[in-house]
Amino acid sequence: MTDDRKLLKALLGPEGPELTCEECFEALDRYVELELAAADADAAIPGMRAHLEGCPACHEDHESLRALVVSD
Amino acid sequence: MSIATVTVESMEVIATFADDDSDAWVAALSAPGPAREAATARLYELLLRAARFEVDRRRASLPHLRGDDFDDLAIQSADDALMAVMAKIDTFRGDSRFTTWAYKFALLEAAVNLRRRGWQGREVPLEPERWQVFAADRLSPHGSAEQGELMRELQVGIEQVLSTHQREVLVALTLDAVPIDVLAERLDTTRGALYKTLHDARKKLRAHIANKGMTL
Repeated sequence: MTDDRKLLKALLGPEGPELTCEECFEALDRYVELELAAADADAAIPGMRAHLEGCPACHEDHESLRALVVSD
Repeated sequence: MSIATVTVESMEVIATFADDDSDAWVAALSAPGPAREAATARLYELLLRAARFEVDRRRASLPHLRGDDFDDLAIQSADDALMAVMAKIDTFRGDSRFTTWAYKFALLEAAVNLRRRGWQGREVPLEPERWQVFAADRLSPHGSAEQGELMRELQVGIEQVLSTHQREVLVALTLDAVPIDVLAERLDTTRGALYKTLHDARKKLRAHIANKGMTL
């Protein structure tokens, strides 16, 4: 992705409905386990993927939880 | 199977259940007396491990900190996470394993503490007008005409359809890459409230671009 596309993505955020940060945190553990079970996590928790694309902090939290569970 | 022990008045209590036995975790942590103490001690070890995991992942981004600083941060994060988990244990619904549910509290506390430590002593820029300088750089003759038009309309949108607060938050979070937890602390608000502001600003900008008949 070019720098301009990254900038546009950061400025305009994801398309469509997304969870709030609080809703994201609430559902994060379930989402990660569904992902790791190869289930359709995005269908089970609509709006999560969009929020993870739009919120860098929640994105990092998701990456960390996923990595920690995998390492267990 | 992990086992935790705690000695209470010469009586040794052993918490014996598998880490993935969520019901046993909740029962032990909700029980009165020594069984709860043993389970709490075991939970703390689990949270500390998660906090250290997060600290290790981010260690390279904080080269000015020493080894003791990192361990202090991990311990502080585990302490805070233990309080949060115990306060919310009644809300655990079993949608995931208990350990995965508990981990997220420790990871969150550690991540927030590390982001704040990384910006400690640094001024957080709140300069909505900085967008104008930034946009001018992007409107160089090297870009395509279409890209230039889009950036110009974005500049107009930022200046005309956003409130001052929305401009400040948008510029700080997206152009200056201020972590949202750091900005929330400086503005005495929450991550959720700031993200709502960012979300509303983005929605306005998307509508502005669409009203001009432009596609992204």
